[in-house]
Amino acid sequence: MNQILIDRDYCKGCGLCIRACRQGVLAMGKERSKGDYLMPYAAAPEKCVGCGLCELFCPDVCIRVEKKEAGHA
Amino acid sequence: MNTSAEKYIRKEALPFIFCPGCGHGIVVNSFVRAIDELNIGENEMACVSGIGCSSWAPVYLKFDCLHTLHGRAIAQAEGLKTVQPDKRIVVFTGDGDCVGIGGNHLIHAARRNIDLTVIMMSNYIYGMTGGQKAPTTPFGASTKTSPLGNDEEPFELYPLVRAAGATFYARASVTHPVQLKNAIKKGMEHKGFSFIEVLSPCPTTAGRNIFSFRTPAEMYDWYEEQVVVLSRAVPEAPEGKIGLGILYEDNSRREFCEVLAERRKEAME
Repeated sequence: MNQILIDRDYCKGCGLCIRACRQGVLAMGKERSKGDYLMPYAAAPEKCVGCGLCELFCPDVCIRVEKKEAGHA
Repeated sequence: MNTSAEKYIRKEALPFIFCPGCGHGIVVNSFVRAIDELNIGENEMACVSGIGCSSWAPVYLKFDCLHTLHGRAIAQAEGLKTVQPDKRIVVFTGDGDCVGIGGNHLIHAARRNIDLTVIMMSNYIYGMTGGQKAPTTPFGASTKTSPLGNDEEPFELYPLVRAAGATFYARASVTHPVQLKNAIKKGMEHKGFSFIEVLSPCPTTAGRNIFSFRTPAEMYDWYEEQVVVLSRAVPEAPEGKIGLGILYEDNSRREFCEVLAERRKEAME
């Protein structure tokens, strides 16, 4: 399973990664980031195909998608 | 943080000063990817910027940065390039900075065809100072300084910059980050004056006050409807849409620093 890592220190909770994800992996969570913004989280990580669109669309460069081989999930 | 960003972004300067959802962050994100693909070392490049939200962009990069007066970014970059012709110089500027206050510097740098890469992030407004109308604000748009609608026509930058003599013109939008990265990459590889116009939404000042969008995502959806990516199948943008892509490239004109070096050599002989 791919892992989506969102940096708590830099996230501003704009929600563009949720918009960018075509698979509906991400959703807005209840946890707050260091700057006191609501943060998105990987609600359905099993749907992630590892396209990296959330990484490309993040204006705060705080997302990283760790790709894992399908067999190792 | 993605791998390109880890390589080129100063962690101690983060988080970005930009508002949540600001397009300028995506420009920085795409820019670090582009330079990572070009494999540029820390001492091979310098960034120049003026004043405005967009001009904060080079502050977060691990490159030498010249933060100059309002509108004078291109003028200072020309000076820097003339004394250090072996370095790549990138100018980060906004629409008010580049076209409004520094408009004259823009056309003269284009006329000289000096090897600069100008990344102009256009958000149609003066964002940092609270939403005054800019030279790129669309006709009829209401802003803080034009509450009844803008009664001036915006600049058409493509014919202006091309007629002034620029040899590379690309238009990109932050709603298409891959195309944006490719445009930046091609612009940096081009020898001569390259101008990259980036449509970058301002969700705080423009989005909330002018267009009344509630979230950045809504504004990005709207921007995505306005643009069309040009390709061989779609060579021209349909009526009312903005075409994205490399609109113009010309490698026949000589670059300013080359001409200067030649003249200097002739004079020494």
